[in-house]
Amino acid sequence: MKIIVVGCGKIGATIIESLVSEGHDVTVIDKDTRIVAESVELYDCMGICGSGADCHTLSDAGIEDCDLFISVTGSDEFNMLSCFMAKRLGADHTIARIRNPEYNDHDLVFLRRELGLSMAINPELLAAREIFNTLQLPSAVKIEPFSRRSFEMIELRIREGSPLGGMSLIEMRKHYKQKFLICAVRRDDEVFIPHGNFVLKEGDHIGITASPGEIQKLFKALGLSKKKARTIMILGASRTAFYLSKMLLDGGSTVKIIDQSTGRCEEFCEALPEAIVIKGDAAHQEVLVEEGVASADAFVALTGIDEENILISLFAEAQNVPKVVAKVNREDFGALAEKIGIESVFSPRRTVANVILGYARGLQNSMGSKMETLYKIMDGGAEALEFNIQQENPLVGVPLKEITLKKNVLIAGIIRGRRPFIPSGDDAIAVGDMVIVLTAGIRVNDITDIIK
Amino acid sequence: MNYRMVLNIIGRIVMAEAGLLILPVLVSLYYGETTALHALLITAGIALAVGLLFVIVSRTKNRSIYAGEGFVSVAFAWMILSAIGALPFYISGAIPSYVDALFETVSGFTTTGASIIQNVESIEKSLLFWRSFTHWVGGMGVLVFVMAIIPGNTKGTMNVMRAEMPGPIIGKLVPRVKDTAKILYLIYIALTALEITMLYAGGMPLFDSVVHSLGTAGTGGFGIKADSIASYTPYMQWVITVFMLIFGLNFNLYYLILMRRIRSVLKSEELWCYVGIVVFAVAAITANVYSMYDSFSAAFRHSAFQVSSIITTTGFTTTNFDLWPGFSKGILFTLMFIGGCAGSTAGGLKVSRVVMLFKLIGREIRKILHPRSVNKISFEGKNVDENTLDSVTVYLVIYIVCFVAIFLLLCIEPFSLETNISAAAACYNNVGPGFAGVGPTTNFSAYSDFSTIVLSFAMLLGRLEIFPLIIALSPSTWSRKYR
Repeated sequence: MKIIVVGCGKIGATIIESLVSEGHDVTVIDKDTRIVAESVELYDCMGICGSGADCHTLSDAGIEDCDLFISVTGSDEFNMLSCFMAKRLGADHTIARIRNPEYNDHDLVFLRRELGLSMAINPELLAAREIFNTLQLPSAVKIEPFSRRSFEMIELRIREGSPLGGMSLIEMRKHYKQKFLICAVRRDDEVFIPHGNFVLKEGDHIGITASPGEIQKLFKALGLSKKKARTIMILGASRTAFYLSKMLLDGGSTVKIIDQSTGRCEEFCEALPEAIVIKGDAAHQEVLVEEGVASADAFVALTGIDEENILISLFAEAQNVPKVVAKVNREDFGALAEKIGIESVFSPRRTVANVILGYARGLQNSMGSKMETLYKIMDGGAEALEFNIQQENPLVGVPLKEITLKKNVLIAGIIRGRRPFIPSGDDAIAVGDMVIVLTAGIRVNDITDIIK
Repeated sequence: MNYRMVLNIIGRIVMAEAGLLILPVLVSLYYGETTALHALLITAGIALAVGLLFVIVSRTKNRSIYAGEGFVSVAFAWMILSAIGALPFYISGAIPSYVDALFETVSGFTTTGASIIQNVESIEKSLLFWRSFTHWVGGMGVLVFVMAIIPGNTKGTMNVMRAEMPGPIIGKLVPRVKDTAKILYLIYIALTALEITMLYAGGMPLFDSVVHSLGTAGTGGFGIKADSIASYTPYMQWVITVFMLIFGLNFNLYYLILMRRIRSVLKSEELWCYVGIVVFAVAAITANVYSMYDSFSAAFRHSAFQVSSIITTTGFTTTNFDLWPGFSKGILFTLMFIGGCAGSTAGGLKVSRVVMLFKLIGREIRKILHPRSVNKISFEGKNVDENTLDSVTVYLVIYIVCFVAIFLLLCIEPFSLETNISAAAACYNNVGPGFAGVGPTTNFSAYSDFSTIVLSFAMLLGRLEIFPLIIALSPSTWSRKYR
C-alpha cells in the first residue's frame, strides 16, 4: 500500500518503522530537513521536506494514489487540516492524531464525519486505557481485551515458587479445570506457540486467552490476587495521567497524583476534584514515602522522562508495591527496564503503532473478514488478531481438525454472539463469528492467510 | 564493521557475475568460438564457486549494513568483479598479460573505454561482446542491479546505493530502494533497446549495433573497429551522438517523463546547464575546425560527436581529434573534467557539482562585498544544506589531489607531458582516449605494468567517486580498536 506519514516525531518514527517493515511504500513529510534525512537514512522510505498542509508538497508525495494518509504532527489543528486536504486531493483513508481533550468529547464524532477522517487517534487516551486495563488485574503483566470484553488475552510471568513452574501444559490442563488456553510462551527473548508436552519454567512469560470470568477462577486457583487495584499513586500530571485518573475515579478508586509544577497541579485539581493532587518532586524518595507509596495497590510512573520513570519505578518496586507500571517511550529502554525487574512497561508509541498497523492490515484484506484488533504481545514477538467473519470463506463451516494451519498459528478463541468459547477440533467457524488468532513470526492480513 | 555482511554482499555480486557471463557464452556458441567458450565457461565456474564460498562462509543473523559496510563492500566488489572479469581475456590468450587484461576489464566496468588491445578486429566476437557488456553493467552499477533482483528486506540498502551511484545528492524515485533500482534498470534497458533498434534500422549489422549500444548506454566507449565509429554512416554517427547525450542525463528525469511531469523536467537546472555547455562547445569547435573538413555538415557532425562523446565520458571517436587545433583540444580537455549529469552513467565531476561550485564562488563574493548578508544556495529549486555544500567542496579538493597524484606517478614513464596528463585525465574521468601518445588512433599498450595498474586504480577512483576506495583501503576502517 502507498502510505504517507506527516510528522516524524517520536510517534511518527515508530509508525514509519513498523509500516516499512510490513512492506508498505511509505513517504514521509516533515518540515525539518534534518529529521527527514534521518528517517530516510534509518528506514527504507522516501522523504519530502515541506508542510503537510501544502498542495504542492502533497502532490509531490503522490497524494492522488495514496491509500492511507496519516498525520501525526504535534498540532491537532494541523493534523485535521492536512487530513482534510489529503482527503480532498485523493487519499483513500486518513488518520489524524487528535489529542486535545477538548476535541475528544462529543465533538469528535462531528469532526470525524465532517473532515472525512477514517480514524482519529489519541495516543494518551490509548495509553491510559491500556494501563487502566492492567490495573484491573494487577497480578498479570498485561491485559488486552477483545471485542466487548468477552475474551481477554493475559500476559503472565511465572514467578519463583509458582505452582506452574516445571508443569507441562497437559498436566496443567488436568490440574486446573477452568476453560483457558495457553497460546504463547516467551523464554529468553524467543516467542513460540507451545504444544501439549511443553514444560513451563520459572521466569517464562505466558499468554493466556480466556473469558474474564474464567480468568478470575484460574487466578484464584493459582493463588494469585484477583482484586483490582483500589489505591493508585500516579507520578507526573501528564495528559495520559489525566485520562487514566478520570477512568480510575469513575471506577471508584482512590487516585493520588504527584507533580512538581504548581500550574499543572492546579489544573488537575480543577478538572478532577475527587483526586488528591500533591505538589512535590518525586525524585525525592521522602515525598513518596510520606505520601504512603508502600500502602498503595499500584504505582504508575508517567513523567515525560523515561529514565526518571524507570528509576522511580525501581524504588516503588523496592517498597513492595504490588503493581508497578512505568511508561517508557524508547523501546530499547523498555527491554532494559524489564530486564532489571520492572514487570509492566508501557510504550504509548508502540500502542499507537499497533492501532495503525492493525488498521493498515485491515485495509488490505479481501476475503470478507475484517480485522478488528491487532495486539503485538510478548514484546512484539507474537501477534494476537481478532477477525470479524463477515461472509463465506474457505474456513467457514469446516471442523477445525480438518484444517491444516500454518506453523506457529493458533486459533485461540471464538466469540459467537455473546458467548465466548475455546474451540475444540470439532468446532467450526461460522459467519458472524469473531475469531481470535495467534501468530508468531508470520504476518497475517486476512483470516484465510492462516491456512497452509 | 559487519565483516560477514560485507563478504555476503560481495559473494552475491560475484555469483551475479557468473549469471552475467551467460550472455557472452551464448554469443560464443552462436559464432562457434571454442577458445572463447572455454575461457568464458571456466570463468563462470570460478565466479560461481568463489561466490558460493563467500556466501556460505558469511552466513550471519546480523544483516544490517551501515554507511561503512556499504562503502567497503562497493569498493571490494568492484575490485573482485574486475579481477574475475579479466579472466576470459587472459585464459583465451586474447590478451597475453593478466595485468593488461585487468586494465581492459576495469576500463570496461568503470565505463572508461581505454584499451591496450593493439588489433581489436582480430579478437573473437564473444570476447568483444563481454568487453562491451561490462560497460553496460558497470554503467548503472552492479550492486544496484543485485539489489534489484535479490529478494528480501536488508536493512540499510540505501547505504550501498549511495556508495555506488554518482553525484552529490542521491534521491529515491519511489519509497523503496529496491523499487527505485528496478525502475532505473528498466529505463536503462528500454533506452538501450531503442538505440539497438535505431542503429539496426539504419543498416548497422546486428552484432555491431548491440555492442555499440551497450558501449553508449554505459557511456563506455569500447569499439570493435580500429577507427572506432569513423567508418559508419553519418546517420549512425548521429544516432550515437544523440544517445550519448541521452545517457549523460540524470535518469530521474526519464522517470519524471514517464510520470508525465514534463514541467518539472523542464525546470531542471542541471539539464539546462548541460545543454548550454554542449551547445557552446559544439559551436566553438565547429567554427574552429571548419576549414579542416570538406563541408559544414561534416565539421558540425564531427564536433557534435566528439563533444558528446567527451562530455558524457564515452570515448567513441569519428575523427582523429588529436589533429585539431589547440583551442578545440583545450575545450575537449575541459569537458573531460566536467562530465555528465549526476545520476547518469557518465563520469567526471558532474554538471551539478560544477554548478554548485560556481554558486559557492558567487556566494563568497557576495559575502565579501556584504559581510552581514545572509546567503543560501538553491539548486533545482530547493535549498541546498550546508552539509551537501561542504561535501561538494571537499570532493573537489580530493578530486584534484588524486588527479595530481596519478599524474605524478605516470610521469615516471618516458612520454610527453601532454600524453601523460591526458592519459591521467582520460582514465580518471572514465573517458577513454586522450591526446598525443594515447590519442584516438593509438592506445595505452605503451605503458608499463606499473603505470597500467596505476591507471586501473585511477579508473576505479573516478567511477566510484573516490571515497569508497579510500575508506576501504584506509587502515582505520579495518582496525579492531575503536576510533
